[in-house]
Amino acid sequence: MMGFALEPRRQESRLANIAAPVIAVAATLIVGAILFTLLGHDGLAAVWHIFIAPLFNPYRWQDLLVKAAPLAMIATGLAIGFKANVWNIGGEGQYILGGLAGTGVALATLDMSGAWILPAMILGGIFGGMAYAAIPAFLKVKLGVNEILSSLMLNYVAIQLLYYLMRGPWKDPMGFNFPQTAMFSGDQTLPYVVPGTLIHLGVPIAAALALTAWGVMTRTVAGFQFRTVGAAPKAARFGGFSASSTVWLALLIGGGMAGLAGILEAAGPFGQMVPQFPTGYGYTAIIVAFLGRLNPLGILVASLVLALTYVGGESAQTVIGLPSAATGVFQALMLFFLLGVDILVRYRLVRLEPAKKTETAEVSAPKTGVARA
Amino acid sequence: MFDITRRRLLSASAAIAFTAGSVLPAAAQSGTNGEGVEPPVKAAFVYVGPVGDFGWTYAHDQARQCLEKNLGDKVETSYVENVAEGPDAERVIRQLAQEGNDIVFTTSFGFMNPTIKVAKQFPDVKFEHATGYTTGGNENMGLYNSKFYQGRAVLGTIAAMMSKSGKAGYIASFPIPEVVMGINAFQLAAQKVNPDFETQVVWVNSWYDPAKEADATNALLSQGADVITQHTDSPAPLQAAEKAGAIAFGQAWDMTSFAPNAHMTAIVDQWCPYYTKRVQALLDGTWEADNVWLGMAEGEVEMAPFNDKMPAEVKEAAQKIVDETKAGEYEIFTGPIKDQSGEVKIPEGEVIPEGDLLKMDWYVEGVKS
Repeated sequence: MMGFALEPRRQESRLANIAAPVIAVAATLIVGAILFTLLGHDGLAAVWHIFIAPLFNPYRWQDLLVKAAPLAMIATGLAIGFKANVWNIGGEGQYILGGLAGTGVALATLDMSGAWILPAMILGGIFGGMAYAAIPAFLKVKLGVNEILSSLMLNYVAIQLLYYLMRGPWKDPMGFNFPQTAMFSGDQTLPYVVPGTLIHLGVPIAAALALTAWGVMTRTVAGFQFRTVGAAPKAARFGGFSASSTVWLALLIGGGMAGLAGILEAAGPFGQMVPQFPTGYGYTAIIVAFLGRLNPLGILVASLVLALTYVGGESAQTVIGLPSAATGVFQALMLFFLLGVDILVRYRLVRLEPAKKTETAEVSAPKTGVARA
Repeated sequence: MFDITRRRLLSASAAIAFTAGSVLPAAAQSGTNGEGVEPPVKAAFVYVGPVGDFGWTYAHDQARQCLEKNLGDKVETSYVENVAEGPDAERVIRQLAQEGNDIVFTTSFGFMNPTIKVAKQFPDVKFEHATGYTTGGNENMGLYNSKFYQGRAVLGTIAAMMSKSGKAGYIASFPIPEVVMGINAFQLAAQKVNPDFETQVVWVNSWYDPAKEADATNALLSQGADVITQHTDSPAPLQAAEKAGAIAFGQAWDMTSFAPNAHMTAIVDQWCPYYTKRVQALLDGTWEADNVWLGMAEGEVEMAPFNDKMPAEVKEAAQKIVDETKAGEYEIFTGPIKDQSGEVKIPEGEVIPEGDLLKMDWYVEGVKS
């Protein structure tokens, strides 16, 4: 019986590392087209309308940027942690808490006016996200609680807190008892940066933050610390880098960025706080972070690709009657192929030598091989 | 594969509009000066769930197909399903307006503010929003809704007559007035049959989440409820009730096929007459923004055929409420009505005004939420 096994590569190829997401996207398009053709749709048209057509329609550019901004912001924050092996899965909860904290400032200043209000809301949002991320950081450093579990579970707590505030204390008194806050005032709403479009201040902020993060990660000691703690924890300890300060920093930065994304969404496209505020950005940002190779510049590109699947998926529904689930299928295919290609970047597929095929090898081979065909 | 010339034309015209530096409508919309819109009218629908939810969205989509059948080649329709309430909805609605639709129906409460925003930007496109309370002053935006609570009173009557434990489980979505008044109508009708009747409410915080709806149903059944009713859009609660041998009611459409034994009847939303009327008005040039709340009398709310398992006297009592409601002789929100604390909130003989129903935020006696 002929078999294959995966063997770790001694050195990962830099080129392969960059090529992996490109290959994954290409594979997604090809397999997606075949899949939807087999399902009785026009597969090529599906790929065209989701991934290509929006790029040629200037109306859609602003939609892409507005949709990509929060994804890029959250993903940049998460990626800094991921680099240091701090697995913050709580982006969604930190995004909600940021939105809520900023909304709290907005509701307290609803009758006031002044240019200071919006910055105060934004600061509130950042602190809200950081404070929420501080919980898993504290639990991890002091009690050794796995941050994947604690940060993930706090997402559900955040959603319940949002529902509570919308139904009770923060309900718009003039809103016919519908569970949502009052609309924010002019001083509390993000300005548009390109007149006549929907491109709000959050878009340049997201781009600037990603560039800053790239600079910090590649050019400063702090960035080196994150990368070292992630790649070689022992070496980092000998080098004097504290593991617990890395955990704190990683979670606070991730939480702050997610919180910022939250308040910018609330003060921008939403213009109020509603129970439907969480739309899964915190989870999609995880795909964005990995598609962007945990590199802030890559994340900018990846956030646009993911935004494209949302925006294009909607056009495809009206133009060729594709079901909305197509968006989810394409996103899932992309993550699937990315993970698959990543395995091949890190491992080599080797054919098991037929000569070794004695009876003992037959028994022991499955244990050594990561996967065996 | 695709029509290249048309695509080029569209993107070219869009590009021109974009360089003009405005998101305001590029394509000239026809028919705003008293004359009708040139057929075919392009009508678009925005759905909160998938068309395959077999409930709320399914009913709207059935009406869309019925509209196409009624008006033939005078109308062209399209839809976008599973649209999240909020900025995503705003983007979709704006996109539909930019694509040259003459009228856009937005069919969930959470689409109200997005519809208002887009309606401001596209004064020549008509918008119709279901179940909202304000148009934000837009003259090109109408509101429409159905008096589903009339059907809830029928369900409450059947529930109390058939329940052995005297306890119903209510799977609810969001505590907006629409849902709150449905719960109250159900409980009030049940109370008339059995004064000790109780309705236990579970909020799933979603319009469509089959897994959560089923979990909530199972929890309610294990707490002693033997009747399940829902204000969420999937057939999952019915299926769970069927498995447990309880009875239940369909939502928005006849869901008998999902639970042939449990499904007693359903409130069926008939949007087709309204959609046909509004698109016809657009063709005739008589469209005007309105705010309508229609019910059984107008044929917008119907009951699905009663299950054969229902005893004759239950069928009779249920049919009586339907008939009297149609005749305008039965109004469930007639006092005396007590609130949860047992205090009389609406005195004997008084009817809750429509305006108060539309912002209802309190529960009647016997509702456990």
